[in-house]
Amino acid sequence: MSLREKRAASFWPLALVFSLFVLFMYGPMLVIFILSFQGPEGGLTFPVRGLSLHWFYKLAEGLGVVDIGAALRRSLGLGLAVMACTVVLSVLAGLAFRKKLKGGNALFFIVVASLIMPSIIVSLGIGLEFRLLDTGIKAALGAFGMDSALEGFGTSLGLFTSALGAHLTWTLPFGLLIMFAVFNRFSPSYEEAARDLGATPWQGFRHVVLPLIAPSVVGIGMFGFTLSWDEIARTSQAIGDVNTLPLELQGLTSTVTTPSIYALGTVTTIVSFVVMGLTLALVWLLGRGRKGRASA
Amino acid sequence: MSSTAAPPPSANASPAPGRSLSAWWQATPLTVVFALFFLIPLALILMVSFWDFNEYELLPGFTFKNYISVFDGCSNMADMCTTLRTYLSTFKFCLLVWLITLVIGFAVSYFLAFHVRSSGVQTLLFVLCTIPFWTSNVIRMISWVPLLGRNGLVNQTLMEMHLVDAPVEWLLFSDFSVTLAFVHLYTMFMIVPIFNSMMRIDRSLLEAANDSGASGWQTLWNVIVPLSRTGIIIGSIFVITIVMGDFVTIGVMGGQQIASIGKIIQVQTSYLQFPLAAANAVILLAIVLMIIYGLTRLVDIRKEL
Repeated sequence: MSLREKRAASFWPLALVFSLFVLFMYGPMLVIFILSFQGPEGGLTFPVRGLSLHWFYKLAEGLGVVDIGAALRRSLGLGLAVMACTVVLSVLAGLAFRKKLKGGNALFFIVVASLIMPSIIVSLGIGLEFRLLDTGIKAALGAFGMDSALEGFGTSLGLFTSALGAHLTWTLPFGLLIMFAVFNRFSPSYEEAARDLGATPWQGFRHVVLPLIAPSVVGIGMFGFTLSWDEIARTSQAIGDVNTLPLELQGLTSTVTTPSIYALGTVTTIVSFVVMGLTLALVWLLGRGRKGRASA
Repeated sequence: MSSTAAPPPSANASPAPGRSLSAWWQATPLTVVFALFFLIPLALILMVSFWDFNEYELLPGFTFKNYISVFDGCSNMADMCTTLRTYLSTFKFCLLVWLITLVIGFAVSYFLAFHVRSSGVQTLLFVLCTIPFWTSNVIRMISWVPLLGRNGLVNQTLMEMHLVDAPVEWLLFSDFSVTLAFVHLYTMFMIVPIFNSMMRIDRSLLEAANDSGASGWQTLWNVIVPLSRTGIIIGSIFVITIVMGDFVTIGVMGGQQIASIGKIIQVQTSYLQFPLAAANAVILLAIVLMIIYGLTRLVDIRKEL
């Protein structure tokens, strides 16, 4: 039996490499989590001085001119919008790709191109697009003599216009690739059975396909939210006057010299992990529900 | 079978008429998003790169001024121009980060795919590697500060061991810290595709190689590496395109002192020099596309999915 074989000679060196790699991945992050719980005298480096939630309170009071609470709400709102759009559009497109889709290859190529396009280029392009749109809107308002509207008009760049679009160019490729992976292993015979029993296409989707792909759909939602929650490069030129939390954080790296910034890091990481935890719990529940139905 | 008049090649796949149409209704929202937020923006970058500008606004027109200004002074061979120096520095990071992530990614994937025998443990360890990916990149960057800073853990340790008299300065805000952060952030992009490729390798091929008397290295080089090629190339494309366009990591970890193409574009947009930034973006895009074209000559990605 191959299971009883002696370990290959390369096992231990590679196991060491793997352990060092995991340490390399987690070590620095653990360090800032620890440092964020320091006492009021704590600094940016070791040794740890005291133990308290002091720097989290400082964070809640705000860091300099930055309103952390507002940035957090903006990031949450945008993340939820991105999540919803990613789920709906990926599932729809995934269904479309199962059929003969004329031009599907071109669409697939564009989606993959978006995934590997340097983010600064996408971001710059979207920023340009909306600035040119602004110019056009202002010219139109001026031409029609709507001066009050012209004065009130700031910019069409914003959280739920340009920034939402920028995030979708990053989350949708992941969503579509997951849908591909799901439908590659999906047997169409269930749907055929449903059709033979007289189900309409919608009933077939609602009662047969959706429950089967539900765990992956939840996964796509998680991808959508967490990718948006941490996104900087694609947002940077495409967001306009306000900033999301990661952008604020990036700005703070050069100005804030207290462990408050580590506290902020701890908080955003906790949000990421809570979302992941909820997702995994949901996937597990959905999987259990399916098994329960199957055995009933 | 019989010769039917209507020859739909898709007859076996989709018996219902009009399905192609309904498929396009389903694909339309996605298509619209990529048209509005990807294709049109790219076209606008190309267009604006030929425009003129002043302090206040963009001036539609057609000029090569921006491209000429990007390569200003580049004909002088003795002293390299800023653009070439910046590209060389970006290439240097690309090559370094690519090599390091490739070696680490391959070793880690190899260990997970071929040495961990229980599939439960395998999944667990794989997930362990991917978890850090879900944390903000900036957090992962600044997490190096307490370690590498002037009074950081590494310097404290070195001083206590009397290996150095004064703190080592090149640990943070240097080429070293930038490369380290890139490896820390993006090795995952190598591990996932390589591991995926390795898991598809038929294990009996390895036994066959073993039975034919191949040494461990021969099996590795002649069987495993060629069969992991797709994963290696997909991972390489990810890492190279990310590093080529990056401005966040180089900014934060380089102490805003190190130049990169992405950084130049970002600075130019903050001064509202959009046509200049657009010209730089077009050149960056051309170079990235050439690299990807070269890499994809080696593999058909669509077929491998």
